Amino acid sequence: METKLPPASTPTSPSSPGLSPVPPPDKVDGFSRRSLRRARPRRSHSSSQFRYQSNQQELTPLPLLKDVPASELHELLSRKLAQCGVMFDFLDCVADLKGKEVKRAALNELVECVGSTRGVLIEPVYPDIIRMISVNIFRTLPPSENPEFDPEEDEPNLEPSWPHLQLVYEFFLRFLESPDFQPSVAKRYVDQKFVLMLLELFDSEDPREREYLKTILHRVYGKFLGLRAYIRKQCSHIFLRFIYELEHFNGVAELLEILGSIINGFALPLKTEHKQFLVRVLIPLHSVKSLSVFHAQLAYCVVQFLEKDATLTEHVIRGLLKYWPKTCTQKEVMFLGEMEEILDVIEPSQFVKIQEPLFKQVARCVSSPHFQVAERALYFWNNEYILSLIEDNCHTVLPAVFGTLYQVSKEHWNQTIVSLIYNVLKTFMEMNGKLFDELTASYKLEKQQEQQKARERQELWRGLEELRLRRLRGTQGAKEAPLQRLPAPVATSGGQS
Amino acid sequence: MAGAAGPGTGPGAAGGDGDDSLYPIAVLIDELRNEDVQLRLNSIKKLSTIALALGVERTRTELLPFLTDTIYDEDEVLLALAEQLGNFTGLVGGPDFAHCLLPPLESLATVEETVVRDKAVESLRQISQEHTPIALEAHFVPLVKRLASGDWFTSRTSACGLFSVCYPRASNAVKAEIRQHFRSLCSDDTPMVRRAAASKLGEFAKVLELDSVKSEIVPLFTNLASDEQDSVRLLAVEACVSIAQLLSQEDLEALVMPTLRQAAEDKSWRVRYMVADKFSELQKAVGPKITLNDLIPAFQNLLKDCEAEVRAAAAHKVKELCENLPPEGRETIIMNQILPFIKELVSDTNQHVKSALASVIMGLSTILGKENTIEHLLPLFLAQLKDECPEVRLNIISNLDCVNEVIGIRQLSQSLLPAIVELAEDAKWRVRLAIIEYMPLLAGQLGVQFFDEKLNSLCMAWLVDHVYAIREAATNNLMKLVKKFGTEWAQNTIVPKVLVMASDPNYLHRMTTLFCINALSEACGQEITTKQMLPIVLKMAGDQVANVRFNVAKSLQKIGPILDTDALQEEVKPVLQKLGQDEDVDVKYFAQEALSAVAQRLRKLDSPAKDGEEPSAPGADKNHFLRPGGPGEDTGKFVPLMSRHTESERLGWFLRRQ
Repeated sequence: METKLPPASTPTSPSSPGLSPVPPPDKVDGFSRRSLRRARPRRSHSSSQFRYQSNQQELTPLPLLKDVPASELHELLSRKLAQCGVMFDFLDCVADLKGKEVKRAALNELVECVGSTRGVLIEPVYPDIIRMISVNIFRTLPPSENPEFDPEEDEPNLEPSWPHLQLVYEFFLRFLESPDFQPSVAKRYVDQKFVLMLLELFDSEDPREREYLKTILHRVYGKFLGLRAYIRKQCSHIFLRFIYELEHFNGVAELLEILGSIINGFALPLKTEHKQFLVRVLIPLHSVKSLSVFHAQLAYCVVQFLEKDATLTEHVIRGLLKYWPKTCTQKEVMFLGEMEEILDVIEPSQFVKIQEPLFKQVARCVSSPHFQVAERALYFWNNEYILSLIEDNCHTVLPAVFGTLYQVSKEHWNQTIVSLIYNVLKTFMEMNGKLFDELTASYKLEKQQEQQKARERQELWRGLEELRLRRLRGTQGAKEAPLQRLPAPVATSGGQS
Repeated sequence: MAGAAGPGTGPGAAGGDGDDSLYPIAVLIDELRNEDVQLRLNSIKKLSTIALALGVERTRTELLPFLTDTIYDEDEVLLALAEQLGNFTGLVGGPDFAHCLLPPLESLATVEETVVRDKAVESLRQISQEHTPIALEAHFVPLVKRLASGDWFTSRTSACGLFSVCYPRASNAVKAEIRQHFRSLCSDDTPMVRRAAASKLGEFAKVLELDSVKSEIVPLFTNLASDEQDSVRLLAVEACVSIAQLLSQEDLEALVMPTLRQAAEDKSWRVRYMVADKFSELQKAVGPKITLNDLIPAFQNLLKDCEAEVRAAAAHKVKELCENLPPEGRETIIMNQILPFIKELVSDTNQHVKSALASVIMGLSTILGKENTIEHLLPLFLAQLKDECPEVRLNIISNLDCVNEVIGIRQLSQSLLPAIVELAEDAKWRVRLAIIEYMPLLAGQLGVQFFDEKLNSLCMAWLVDHVYAIREAATNNLMKLVKKFGTEWAQNTIVPKVLVMASDPNYLHRMTTLFCINALSEACGQEITTKQMLPIVLKMAGDQVANVRFNVAKSLQKIGPILDTDALQEEVKPVLQKLGQDEDVDVKYFAQEALSAVAQRLRKLDSPAKDGEEPSAPGADKNHFLRPGGPGEDTGKFVPLMSRHTESERLGWFLRRQ
């Protein structure tokens, strides 16, 4: 077996999905902006989830499953499943109330039956079951009522047909978790196409639906070994599309949560495919605008990888530095949080490789005018493990951050930040007094050198610009050079001979 | 190192300056490698300067290899690089050397970030045109093939955009290879690549031989149009437009129409939306016969689609569809096959659908003519004018000119008026703003008498709206009305009402008078300005509120050019001089600004030879601090924080953000 999942817990409802624990999201923003925004008036619900079937048949209640002899059980079960395949219009909440009630009762009974009665799941009922589930859950998700739906701010649109849909999902889950369930039979029906459609549903705006889907996909991944690689591949397609094409997919957090538990089970040494997933999918996911919605799950996945294979650390940290937010302070705080999580598990040999670029970035964060960013960065010095790493490498780390800290300690507008920086500088002094004194002494000199360099640079570019103009004039004298294009005739005429 | 080798290797020495040695490549490369991203970016953006300084040969042998080797940078830097390289052919020595630019662009075409890749592809497309046919086959086509068979989806995605530029100039054997590569990308395992291929399918079809279109493109199109992912299927609809243009009617019917029919009924609303959105293009591409047989029924279905998005997209196309129908029989088709569905949409449950329809429905009147419009369309217009959603009403009103041409606006005026009044008083200021914008148009069509009776009072009411943007728009509106109805009308109807506001207890209203005068003086001419407006402005110079006083100064500066010398000398100047001594620093500032403008104007009037230049534009936009106006005892309240231009500036900013 190439991968293993954590042992499946007892059959559960989605409220305790039995996935590996995911740390609670960092509370980074003390200010809720929700109150500042007035709720948008809701558009009337007009688009229907299901294409309404015109040939609506009348549903009549069937006998209860428990009331028939065992010999007739499967025949009745089949009829009930067929009954549950009839769709109802939930946008019109008074349409066909009787039919809806019949279906609801039937679904309830099916949920009950598959969960508690042994011997129900025999081979012939599998296709009926999968057909009933497919008909109910697979649909093109409707257009979002609110085109700029912000999962953090806006109320999601809830699925109108939830009264039935929930029961179908519950039934599906119990079906997968039944002790009688045979993956070898089910795999004929739960195939790649089925999984693909299941994954597309993760875009649902309804969090209740995504919660069920998460648990279900987790079970499917656990039971159908042949589908595992396919599921991972399709997940990465969804993520790549989300990163580079759409920036819109509602179920990213849920998919990452499943992946977190999958990564946890990866066998060592890690396959190239998995490493590639980390570098080319998970790291770029950090660049997405709505990072806050799934950052906790993402950071968990990243740290899982590093705990498996420490040699990936350099890749990851350089990747994060590449995507470091330039304007969004909220994301910057999240990046700092993730960086600290990574540093918590870093091996000293890996730390040495990235300490310089990393601490230059940390220093830039300390000098951020946004005090929450500066404060988050300065908290690194409260972490004893990080502090010990800094101490071991103070000859590299200190020079990387000293100039910025020294400058910010004099300039920052926020008193808390200033006093935190003083503490850090004090730690440095105690850590290596001699080095500290040297850096203080050379600080001024370096500033001057920087200015000198800037002047030289200006001079260089001025010279280059003059040279360019001279050449342009030279060529224009010779022949009419096109104005739009940078002319090369200088070279074609004389340069090559 | 090599860079310091001196003029001997500096081929650019043609200019004879021989100063290339001043810029050894190492220094320049240091600039391109600077630790600070911003500086690195600046350097890359001036890459052409560097190349020019190095000369063509060293650009080829030293700069380009460096750029190719060090392509791991911030995406922003890479984007700038990709863009620069597209215009670099001249700098490496012209078309003969264009292929030198391929290696760095090839790497850029494989990076993850979409904008960088797209830019690299754009540059490659540009450079491909500069290749000679031989160089194209020797260098460019192999690059396309390498990209098309790359490991990661990014390079294969980029390849999709390059086939159509190299195909036409390739030899037959190479053409076959190119087609083969395109085929395999159309059935790529990764949906991203299939999407890229689908989006370039139409473009590629256009450069192919007709036989290949039929034998190869059509099957690819059919496959993509039935892809498992709706994001691929919907792109096939776009390709359909290009492919349909290439085929004969019989081929179209046999090869494309089955797929198009299927797309119009796709189970995913995104695909149906795409069909609706591209409807006019499709209609033109397939021609009138297929339109009648196939597209009209499909369009009817789209108009009653279960998703509002699709209905709205279709509703948007109603007018274009009708316009593009062949003139003979057009009326019958519209009346029998389109109009019944439009009638349904007028009472749609979704406001976006209704407002999409309202934005085009008026255009049908020119197509259907007077009688049909009165009998069939008018009831619809009237219904939409009473719609609960303001956007629908606004869309109708904003297109009134179409109907005016056909039946005259009188037919509508009875229903128009309540609709306008209601919009004029809408709680949302944006709606009020929109209706104001249409006032001059309405006034022109309804005539002066109707306007005076029904609409004039509305226009005046807007002047005291509590939103500045509305007051401002109302002021401009008056100016346009005066231009339309003439000065006599202005003198009788507008000016007296505006001037009355000069003694309003609310200082904001008093300022509105000044703003109106600013806007109207030019249209009203010298006589009205001097006799009626100027005395009021001058009187307001004694206002208690400083904001009013410095706006007096600004107004005087504004109307100065319209006044004659006497008025300027005798009336304006003394008042400005007095304001120049005001206790308030801002009043002083603007009074002095105005005074110098007036003085300039007077000088010019004295020496008419130099006429032709206007007095210097008011340079009043010096930044001032927000400050409270003086306490407005007259309103019994403290005047709110208010400043001259900040209010409109803030609004401008706010509007831009929306």
